[in-house]
Amino acid sequence: MRALGRYLPTPTLSLVLLVVWLLMVRSLAPGQLLLGAFLAVGIPLLTQRFWEPLPQVKHPIKLAWFVLVVLFDIVKANVQVSLLILLPKREPHPGFIEYPLQVKDRLAITLLANTITMTPGTVSTNIRLDGSSLLIHALDMSDEQALIREIHERYERPLKEIFEC
Amino acid sequence: MLDTALMISLTLIVLAMSMNVYRLAIGPDIPDRLLALDTLYVNSIALIVMLGLWLNTKTYFEAAILIAMLGFVSTMAICRYLLRGDIIE
Amino acid sequence: MTFYVIVEGVIAFLLIAGGVFAFTGSLGMLQFKDFFMRLHGPTKGTTLGIGCILIASMLYFTVTQRELHVQELLITLFLFITAPVTGHMLAKTGLHMHLRFFTGTRGSVPEFRDEDVGQSRVARPARAKHPWKHRKAKRSRLRR
Repeated sequence: MRALGRYLPTPTLSLVLLVVWLLMVRSLAPGQLLLGAFLAVGIPLLTQRFWEPLPQVKHPIKLAWFVLVVLFDIVKANVQVSLLILLPKREPHPGFIEYPLQVKDRLAITLLANTITMTPGTVSTNIRLDGSSLLIHALDMSDEQALIREIHERYERPLKEIFEC
Repeated sequence: MLDTALMISLTLIVLAMSMNVYRLAIGPDIPDRLLALDTLYVNSIALIVMLGLWLNTKTYFEAAILIAMLGFVSTMAICRYLLRGDIIE
Repeated sequence: MTFYVIVEGVIAFLLIAGGVFAFTGSLGMLQFKDFFMRLHGPTKGTTLGIGCILIASMLYFTVTQRELHVQELLITLFLFITAPVTGHMLAKTGLHMHLRFFTGTRGSVPEFRDEDVGQSRVARPARAKHPWKHRKAKRSRLRR
């Protein structure tokens, strides 16, 4: 068992690599299975020196719900931004906000920053390396505090609950 | 129906690409040009995928995935060069 | 036969929606006044547009060739993962190069600390658990 853990440090990553390889070549031939297994074992061994220990996902159902919410928000964001670009009723009011971060884990911060970039009218521009705050550029901002509250309620709290950090 | 939709979509993508090229030419600063180049990469993926739909072949899929990866890596490399003056330290 | 008509309609809708989103993304990049506003179009619009077109292609090949084609999903996932990273790095580059803002921009950019642009080196990765013990020992001695 220990030998297995040594040669297969991240079983999930190996499984994902194998599945992706099989999808790419679109066959289940024994040769492709063997090559995929070789890659699935070899790539994590070669790259594990770069990996940080990842936090455990505590609530998979909440994660799925979060993904659905984000996908819906991506579509909504696109419609909003498209309308703002195609039919400009007035000049948009852009602005910079410094968003105080509450999640501490690096993976959670990365997920939050990516979510912010993909969703309504905001792009994350800079992150303090000590993880204390995130600088956000908003395309059309009327109320700074409301925006901070919305991001906190909608994205940061679910992430905090998912990773329990 | 599909042919018409494909023609409309191709026209829109080609218009988008020509706007990218325009921004690439006039962009006042280096990041503007970099952004235009990155968008041009992404739009060319769409163009190639639609060419595959038009000719009813899956041969172009590999080209699309190659462009996606190379576009991301090259944009990252230029960004890092502009930020730190070095790509791999 | 109605099944095919419905699927054809869905594919046509996805294609046109993708084209429109990609077009508005590029139009936003063309018409906005400063770099940070231009960043909004490509990171959102173009990514979703390409996602729509790729999913349309996936549906088309799955239905016409009567077998599952999911490779386009790989490109879609790849784009959706990389687009925010590209946007973040481009914005950081723009901040670092002190680009001009549109005069109506509210809020101010806080001063840029040295470690934010990375004057200090990136933190070293965690100590590796290498399968070959003796090599790990030798390497860590060399590094010190």
